[in-house]
Amino acid sequence: MAHSSLTARQYLILAFVSICAPLGDTCLSRGMTHIPAIALAHPAALIAAVFTPWIATGIALLIAFFASYLTALSWADLTFVLPATALGNVLVALLSRFWLHETISLERWAGIALITLGVGFVAQGPSLTERPSAATEARVKQVAAR
Amino acid sequence: MTFLLPVGPANAAPSTWAATAMIATVVLASTTGEVLTAAAMKSIGDLDEIRARAGMKGAIRSVATCPLFFAGVFFLAVAFFALLFALNHLNLSLVAPAAASLTLVTNAIAGKIFLKENVDRRRWAAAVLVCIGVYLLAH
Repeated sequence: MAHSSLTARQYLILAFVSICAPLGDTCLSRGMTHIPAIALAHPAALIAAVFTPWIATGIALLIAFFASYLTALSWADLTFVLPATALGNVLVALLSRFWLHETISLERWAGIALITLGVGFVAQGPSLTERPSAATEARVKQVAAR
Repeated sequence: MTFLLPVGPANAAPSTWAATAMIATVVLASTTGEVLTAAAMKSIGDLDEIRARAGMKGAIRSVATCPLFFAGVFFLAVAFFALLFALNHLNLSLVAPAAASLTLVTNAIAGKIFLKENVDRRRWAAAVLVCIGVYLLAH
């Protein structure tokens, strides 16, 4: 079944895709910088790190990301879903500006504007390449044969 | 893998050629992984519909029994370790934006060639805009 326009539920899944990935990465990075350096000789320390709150949260978010990403790919084109994932970086930059009060350079504001513009472009178009179904193809051949 | 690339003595900055090879490996492996995963999900069909019909277990089973999906995950794992390897030799401020933004463009090309997606002017423009945007944001 081809969806040329998305349902509210599908937009919700896309929002989940774009929010979970950068938040998960942020949690992982925060968790990994708050534990002592791990040497390659002690890989068991990496397993222990998985059970610290920040890293566990990050992993849970990344699993949620992957599940919603796979769901999105089952009904939308890859070239439609990927720009949506980039929108998450914009959300994180905005969060860091207004929640953590970090300063955002002019270059970064330009980056935010370009990503938002690009995602807006794609979102206006169809989400899935229309492919003729077997029935339509048979009908087209029938008409062509006449 | 260190011996495969002329990265020189430890802690020395790798040559431009070696840096390009490292980033290219990340980009190629992740593009292959994304395209295979996308092809797998298209061959499985709408997961929401499968879940409505066969439940969560049915949806998981349909993904877990698709060989194309595991091929995709394999290449995504290769991309992840290639990224770790690159981060070990190059700066994060170079690798992360370069890999993320180049992958968007290679995916648009691969989507058109291999997935036969309709990459119209709107999607090309978006790929380029998002690519520059990611670079500016992460640089």
